[in-house]
Amino acid sequence: MNVQQQSLQDIQAIKKMMERSSRFISLSGLSGIFAGISALIGAVVAHPYVYGYKNLFIDNKLASRQLQSRDYTIILNTWLFWIATVTFASALILAFIFTLAKSKKQGIPLWGSSSKRLMINMMIPLIAAGFFVLKIFYLEAYGLFAPACLIFYGLALINASKYTLAEIRYLGYSQLILGIINLGFVGYGLYFWAAGFGVMHIFYGAYMWLKYERNVQEN
Amino acid sequence: MQNPIDNLNKLFDSRVRLGIMSALMVNEAVSFLELKELLEITDGNLASHLKALEENGIIKTHKGFIGRKTSTTYSSTKVGEKAFKSHVEALEKMIGGIK
Repeated sequence: MNVQQQSLQDIQAIKKMMERSSRFISLSGLSGIFAGISALIGAVVAHPYVYGYKNLFIDNKLASRQLQSRDYTIILNTWLFWIATVTFASALILAFIFTLAKSKKQGIPLWGSSSKRLMINMMIPLIAAGFFVLKIFYLEAYGLFAPACLIFYGLALINASKYTLAEIRYLGYSQLILGIINLGFVGYGLYFWAAGFGVMHIFYGAYMWLKYERNVQEN
Repeated sequence: MQNPIDNLNKLFDSRVRLGIMSALMVNEAVSFLELKELLEITDGNLASHLKALEENGIIKTHKGFIGRKTSTTYSSTKVGEKAFKSHVEALEKMIGGIK
């Protein structure tokens, strides 16, 4: 091998190592699988409330008073708010537990420079999403809730994917595409939401687990 | 004209040392375990390369604790960053011929 080829390979090795070392590699596929399962359970529980088979309000008398006085704390009096909160919290906690376990096993601290970068880049689109979703509720344009969640979450994943396992980018693309298609089928938000946050998380989580974690456990 | 080979730093002629420096250039500090995971080499091999780089003032060692476990992290020195940059420039000049 001549000196030029040797140098070229050195440069390629440097580039590869710079890229690999700036990523958070402890993200567990199991986190995706369990976050997906809790999203699916949440969607099933929420279904009768979203489509009007069950009474939305926890306390009807209180709700009628709140409706008259246009009291926005009425949201705390809906089953959906609490279903969403429990679903979100359990998905987050489950995702955290499995990633913590993987980082312990790898001996990599969970709160290192790579995970900080990942979190910051993930949070920027999500904070913007928070404001956007508040406005959706204010305008009572509930049909836009699911597409907004999917689109902003997709953008957050694409933005953060530079700092973690490459598959996150494709998970981001699929959420984004589902969100955009959902804009054309506005009444079916819950189904798109379940497909994105449930099925896609489980699919990519399983793929990542098979690719990165199963073999490690066998060794 | 100067031969670009003269600018190549002998310290960086191993892939492992190049790998260590690449990781330290883009991260403030990297732990021993992270480096081991990234480079996929044995403890002893990694330790000997780290020692060589430290003795030449290219990197510095920080000893700390995570909970009760000791954790050693490494970061690059100013001198190390300069040396690495000129090494990379020399490498780029060498491949300039086949671009």
